[in-house]
Amino acid sequence: MSLDTALKVGTPEDVSARADAPGAEVSQAHEPKGLVARFGPDEPLAMDAGVQLAPFQIAYQTAGTLNADRSNAVLICHALTGDQHFAHTHPVTGKRGWWETLVGPGKPVDTDRYFVVCSNVVGSCMGSTGPASIDPATGRAYGLDFPLVTIRDMVRAQAMLLDRLGIRDLFLCIGGSMGGMQVLQWAASYPERVFAAMPIATGPRHSAQNIAFHEVGRQAIMADPAWAEGRYLEAGTRPAKGLGVARMGAHITYLSEPALHRKFGRRFQGGSAPTFSFNADFQIESYLRHQGLSFVERFDANAYLYLTRAMDYFDLAADQGGVLANAFKGTKTRFCVMSFTSDWLFPTSESRAIVHALNAASAPVAFVEVESDKGHDAFLLDEPAMFAAARGFIDAAARARGL
Amino acid sequence: MTGPVAQAHRPWETAETLPRAEAGDTRVDHLVVLDLVPANARVLDIGCGDGALLALLRDRRGVDGRGIELSREGVNACLARGLPVIQGDADTDLANYPDDAFDVVVLSQTIQATRNPRIVLEHLLRIGRQVIISFPNFGHWRVRSELALRGRMPVTALMPEEWYETQNIHHCTIRDFVGLCRTVNAEIEKATALDARGRPMRFAMPWWVWNLMGAQGVFLLRRGAAGSNA
Repeated sequence: MSLDTALKVGTPEDVSARADAPGAEVSQAHEPKGLVARFGPDEPLAMDAGVQLAPFQIAYQTAGTLNADRSNAVLICHALTGDQHFAHTHPVTGKRGWWETLVGPGKPVDTDRYFVVCSNVVGSCMGSTGPASIDPATGRAYGLDFPLVTIRDMVRAQAMLLDRLGIRDLFLCIGGSMGGMQVLQWAASYPERVFAAMPIATGPRHSAQNIAFHEVGRQAIMADPAWAEGRYLEAGTRPAKGLGVARMGAHITYLSEPALHRKFGRRFQGGSAPTFSFNADFQIESYLRHQGLSFVERFDANAYLYLTRAMDYFDLAADQGGVLANAFKGTKTRFCVMSFTSDWLFPTSESRAIVHALNAASAPVAFVEVESDKGHDAFLLDEPAMFAAARGFIDAAARARGL
Repeated sequence: MTGPVAQAHRPWETAETLPRAEAGDTRVDHLVVLDLVPANARVLDIGCGDGALLALLRDRRGVDGRGIELSREGVNACLARGLPVIQGDADTDLANYPDDAFDVVVLSQTIQATRNPRIVLEHLLRIGRQVIISFPNFGHWRVRSELALRGRMPVTALMPEEWYETQNIHHCTIRDFVGLCRTVNAEIEKATALDARGRPMRFAMPWWVWNLMGAQGVFLLRRGAAGSNA
């Protein structure tokens, strides 16, 4: 009987043997596909941790054309393990852009009408400065020497990118999950620069349960000896098992029991199961292992630590004396908040908390709860009800802005 | 027992000032509301459906309108009109609005479907400086005759569902509603009854005529003076 009890990394015949050594996932950190804005020592990023990060760079992608008035810019904010390739083939996986369901010619975020920008967040590993980047002070990767990143830092860096691109204000700022947190932070930090905002499947703060899930993921990474106290790039190893397990756990939180049941149920993998072993008998086990393994091909473990931490620290009300409504006081931004019925990571109650605060601040806010059994990830998937609501909101906002 | 209160306010006598039905697709009851809402007011429409009234108020009165609607289809229709409408429900969501958040709060044909009409009405009076509320009149002669002569729960244009299917769980008559206004210390600024075709009844009449002939009641309320209900 073949042993198939753990994530198969490090065995020579395994396809992911290359996962043992730093590879594709950090190559993008240094030489990303797409556009890069570089900020020198004279333009540091002022981070919440008290550090002036310099030099640093922001990797980004665009679609569509900026109009003469520079009034049709859309900023897409990506989620935890997302990237700037929203409508572009992924440089590592070869997959299509992650939000081509929503964004593209004739789509609700219409690239024939709008100039769409998406940048890799600071602290990530797809070309913007993060823990896998080279620290100019030491000549080696930052690793855990990289300052802790917050959602507000990500947004500050995006604002610097827009300044660089000559975009004074955004027609629309849109994103889901951690992207939604950035949208809320944009609306709070730069209300005059956001005409319309769509925070999707997100919340005004990271809940205790969500912090708990993240902590399990981080501990899995740090428990992997190959993590080497964060110095795996110099050690020539990588914590693929730890990161894979972190991804497996997190991936469950992105789905829902009905979706898992529909897709996998209790079905066995292959014909000979049960094998009376700890092999991946069930389809769901095999699926999760695949998710874990394919993730380590494209993502840096330390970046995962930093970005999960950024989400954990997010609490918009805490920055406002505990009153969330104060974050939106006097705002003229029009909001469309969206949640999904089966999302238990950012349940509808989180979106309602945003809506109530916006109401209390007299902000113009629309709210839709989309019926879906696909869980948190629904915002990335083909959800006609979401598209219909998004199209209605965005088209009306465009009319109001004279686009 | 509601008679003296109603007559003291003489609520029905303003009916003649309400607009006549206009030609076109606009619902007559919406035109009645339109006439009661001042220009550029901040308005919350609870149970706003597809947003037709809010769009009318925005286009004709320049109001800053918001809505609450239970159905996603309704919310989507509102989004397409560019209206800020949240998916929600009057029984649970009103508590989250601050005092005096709106100049006018509209609750059209919905109070009879709420679980707790008294609490809803109290919230409306707290959130809005003025409240416009309309509801099907269970004292209408057709309703009464269905019950009295046929012994059946009425099915009318304003109450189109059978008793076992309807969302309406708290029916009241115009007279009942005047009683509730007194209970929650609401001052009736204006009131009228609309006939079965939704047109305001033209002549000032005694309250019992409205309670018998009006298919629906439309009230303009505001908070009563503090302590007067003590």
